[in-house]
Amino acid sequence: MSEGPIDPSEQTTLLGVAPRRGALNKFPLWQYLLIAMVVGIGAIYAAPNLFQPDPAVQVRALDSDQRISPRTLSRVEAALKKDNIQIIDSALSEDSLLVRVASDEAQLRAQATIAATLNARDVNYVVALSQASNTPQWLQDIGGTPMSLGLDLFGGAHFLLQVNMQEYLKGVMANSAEGMRDKLIEERIRFLPGKDWVKGQVIRIPFRDEDSRSAAQDALVDYQDFLVQDREVAGNLVLQFTLTEDKIRDLEDRAISQNLTSLRKRVDELGVSEPQVQRLGRSRIVVDLPGIQDSARAKEILNKFANLEFRLEALPNARKSQIESYPYQGRNQEIMRRNIVTGNNVQDAQQSFDPDTSQPQVSIELDNEGGRKMNAVTKDNVGRAMAILFIEQKPRVRKVMVDGEEVEEFYSVEDKRLISVANIQSALGFNFRITGLDLREAQDLALLLRAGALAAPMYIVEERTVGAQLGDENIRRGWQSVAIGFALVLAFMLFYYRGFGIAANIALTANLTLLVAIMSVLGATLTLPGIAGIVLTVGMAVDANVLIFSRIKEELVNNAPQQAIQAGFDRALLTITDANVTTFFVAVILLSIGSGPVRGFAVTLAVGIVTSMFTAILVTRALVNLMYGGRKLESLKI
Amino acid sequence: MIGSKFDFMGRRKVATIISGLLLLASVVSLSFSGLNLGLDFTGGSLVEVGSSKEIAPEEVRRYLTGAGFSNGTVQTFGSNTELLIRMPPQPSSAVDEAVIAQSQAQLGDDIFQALLAQYPDMVLRQSNYVGPAVGDELANDGGLALLTALIVVMFYILLRFTKQFSVGAVVALAHDVIIVLGCFSLFQWTFDLTVLAALLAVIGYSLNDTIVVSDRIRENFRKLRRGSPVDIINTSLNQTLGRTLVTSMTTLFVLLALLFAGGEVIRGFASALSIGVVIGTYSSIYVAANVLLVMNISREDLLVPEPEQDGNEDGSYP
Repeated sequence: MSEGPIDPSEQTTLLGVAPRRGALNKFPLWQYLLIAMVVGIGAIYAAPNLFQPDPAVQVRALDSDQRISPRTLSRVEAALKKDNIQIIDSALSEDSLLVRVASDEAQLRAQATIAATLNARDVNYVVALSQASNTPQWLQDIGGTPMSLGLDLFGGAHFLLQVNMQEYLKGVMANSAEGMRDKLIEERIRFLPGKDWVKGQVIRIPFRDEDSRSAAQDALVDYQDFLVQDREVAGNLVLQFTLTEDKIRDLEDRAISQNLTSLRKRVDELGVSEPQVQRLGRSRIVVDLPGIQDSARAKEILNKFANLEFRLEALPNARKSQIESYPYQGRNQEIMRRNIVTGNNVQDAQQSFDPDTSQPQVSIELDNEGGRKMNAVTKDNVGRAMAILFIEQKPRVRKVMVDGEEVEEFYSVEDKRLISVANIQSALGFNFRITGLDLREAQDLALLLRAGALAAPMYIVEERTVGAQLGDENIRRGWQSVAIGFALVLAFMLFYYRGFGIAANIALTANLTLLVAIMSVLGATLTLPGIAGIVLTVGMAVDANVLIFSRIKEELVNNAPQQAIQAGFDRALLTITDANVTTFFVAVILLSIGSGPVRGFAVTLAVGIVTSMFTAILVTRALVNLMYGGRKLESLKI
Repeated sequence: MIGSKFDFMGRRKVATIISGLLLLASVVSLSFSGLNLGLDFTGGSLVEVGSSKEIAPEEVRRYLTGAGFSNGTVQTFGSNTELLIRMPPQPSSAVDEAVIAQSQAQLGDDIFQALLAQYPDMVLRQSNYVGPAVGDELANDGGLALLTALIVVMFYILLRFTKQFSVGAVVALAHDVIIVLGCFSLFQWTFDLTVLAALLAVIGYSLNDTIVVSDRIRENFRKLRRGSPVDIINTSLNQTLGRTLVTSMTTLFVLLALLFAGGEVIRGFASALSIGVVIGTYSSIYVAANVLLVMNISREDLLVPEPEQDGNEDGSYP
């Protein structure tokens, strides 16, 4: 083992670095080339961050089948020209149109003009503020993209929505029980009187005899979400339907994914170029709207829960349990409990104005199933009145005592009101108009019906909105502090270590480049704490170099310069590894437990540790080797 | 070997007293005035507005109270043209238990609209709302992150070094964290999520320092046959002193750049780290090494269990 003047200490063998043979402090050529190549590739992938994007306006068709035609482009161009907004460039792709403009101010004006032109009659297009990349095509072709900017740097709004699963499950249970009762009545299966079938996640239907119970079990075979059991409760034969934990999870997943779909469609109409709507954990949804101008409007649209139900007027002979009563135009209107169709059967909805009265109205188009049902029911009920019930969920909060502490609990209240009662003149089909709402209600209803109802009510538990002004300022200040900090460190290293300082500085620059490159390739989002992480990495990355250099300094006392360099690098390696591994642990813990700003910081810290180990150990070594290796050194200044 | 010959351990009694006083002051301040917790942990609403001319916070506060927003704090943020308005969740009208929750999330918008009516040239710089449940969660997750970090670190060092080093490192880290928290409590600086991140970075940094020193102490215990533990630790501290100071200095350079150029949003983060770096540097010299002595570290603890090493001048070189 022991070869050469250096005792191969335990450190080197521990890490599997074999004692070097041949000339001291010289790498074979391929090793220099490999290191240079890694840094070079890093520089290429970091480069896209140097190209500032242009402000732009993006136009997409709301309906995904619709294409944007060259005619749309010429309409947009004409409108912008009329308003004196200069177009730098416009690009028409299959499903979107991107118009570059000169300034942020022009961007806002262009958005307003384009929206007014294209969506003059009804809303067919999304007109969003956007950024047009200036990265050269060849860089884009090899996958080079700049880091995306977080909301704190770009401006925009972030929402965390809590899906109210208890309310949702309660609704599922009530609806199921209602459906079961109807089914049993329809099939003429007798059950014992009594209203309260639902207890938590259990539905219990009591029967007089075994025959009706087994008939009921056959009739209710469609309710597959439930575990069905025969029970005897208080002397009665009971058919028991239980929601199992698995089924509850399934239902939750279904509710969340329907909410996500609906939210995505809603958010699409807000004019944001790259909205993000994602599930977080079991019952939360994150909505990020970069660059949104009107966050108050976004909030209104996000957790609005509105739906429609079409129901028949109650006939005088109807049983009490089958009807509900609502105030309408100063009197009580009795309507049937069962609905014909609901907003869930709506295919399309547009707000417009009644040509006769100029009152706002919503034109509705039903889907196949809805149209069939509507037709079947209205055909047999010509002359009877049909009522339209408008349902809105309003989130509320109440104080409850939990473990002796007063905490706030959210729940929602259904606000139901009749918006119209009209006689059925003839069998209805797929198309309707609804009147009786004010303009804002009509607009919102059209949007919400178009986007689909939320399966479960939600409420906002966290909101962070950053104005464009603060975003710009954060970016400017962030980069300024990176620049100042970096310059100070470079100057200090040069002053303190001279020749070795140059090597360390080049390595540090390579480190920053690689860090930015990896963050860009990973598609990480840059936030202000992320920039702080970069700054801190720059400061701490020096540490590895300092460790090596101080070690070399010490070794110089007892060794010739070349041997001292070799020993300095070798012996510092274990310390550097130990120190960085533990810091890496901390970064990973931050990443896995932290949220929001903490994660942005953790990502940069973790990546920074990896890149700084590479640059300090290999890049600095290569540079020092090139500067000093293989030469006869009388003395070494360090 | 070279450079300084400072008798660090000779002064360890003084250091123990200093550390003890700092810790005591921190704990006293923390238990009496507590931390000025930010919105992230308390929940509530926060609105930052900017204006083209100077605005007096007192005037705005009076106006807002008049407009029905009570219990808020209004302060300038960075410059006289920017204001930070913090509102706790508004008291419920308490007629019945139900209050519209929307109004809580809407509070920020309402405040800004009210301000616009009085000060038309104001712009909204940022608006945050954190619900009470989320605030609690963030606080719990934060505490959990700190504890997990400490435990993982303890195990790793136990694995790579000995129990004395492991305890020493964790005591040093806890020392640093408590003192930084103490500063935030004493000056009542806002403690939010970014400061928590900074605290974890302090752990990372201080650990880095402690390990470098520990590494050298271990190496010297194995290499130097003569000298008491105190001498060996002194030698090790002196050997690593240059490196410790240089690294602290470069890190402080960038932190000061952040502190002075990074703007208001990042100030808490930069302050926490700056204090942490200074304290962390001190603690890796005095606290961690001190614990080693208290726990009676000896050469035998660190010998690699290989019989042929006995009697050899292992590891030392001519």
